[in-house]
Amino acid sequence: MVHRISGLALAIFLPLHFLALGLAIDGDARLEDFLRWSDQPLVKLAEGGLVFLLTVHLLGGLRILVIENLDWRDGQKQLASIAAAVSAIIAFIFLVRLF
Amino acid sequence: MNVRLYVWQRLTAALMVPLVLVHIAVIFYATRQGMTAADILARTRGSLVWASFYGIFVAAAAIHASIGVRTVLSEWLPLTDRRAGLATIVFGLLLAALGLRAVAAVVLS
Repeated sequence: MVHRISGLALAIFLPLHFLALGLAIDGDARLEDFLRWSDQPLVKLAEGGLVFLLTVHLLGGLRILVIENLDWRDGQKQLASIAAAVSAIIAFIFLVRLF
Repeated sequence: MNVRLYVWQRLTAALMVPLVLVHIAVIFYATRQGMTAADILARTRGSLVWASFYGIFVAAAAIHASIGVRTVLSEWLPLTDRRAGLATIVFGLLLAALGLRAVAAVVLS
């Protein structure tokens, strides 16, 4: 379920991400204006959330690929916990750097 | 999910593992002292390497995300296979078009 929700959230975010980068077609200034708008604390918090979701989805996907393609191992729950912890740490470091 | 979609889903997932890792590293690098349009575009403009990297990334993400959305829609909503398939194609094409436009914007503009 975590993998599905993080994937769906990323799928909703992707078109917006592409539209934002596409602003550069109209010149540097349009993109710069958007980036300055994104300096707001709430937007930064949302960016941290997105980095967290991306990392969760990456690690969840790696887990699926490993389970399907390699010999099954014990400790799946521990692997899932480690994935969540690594995602949280990466997102936290990202947030600290942003603020 | 049929076998063909399953294979595409897993192949694009495997392809994107290194791409996502590089992308996360770039996010950290780009935000080290605040992000500016000048910094981003100085890195990407005219770069064949970044154009290829993000071009492949966009293509893989469009395929992967649209198949994933199809799976979720089929599970959560009472959609026929045909409608779920149609939604998948429309969403995939939209992502690919917007993504390639974004790559063009930061590499060619």
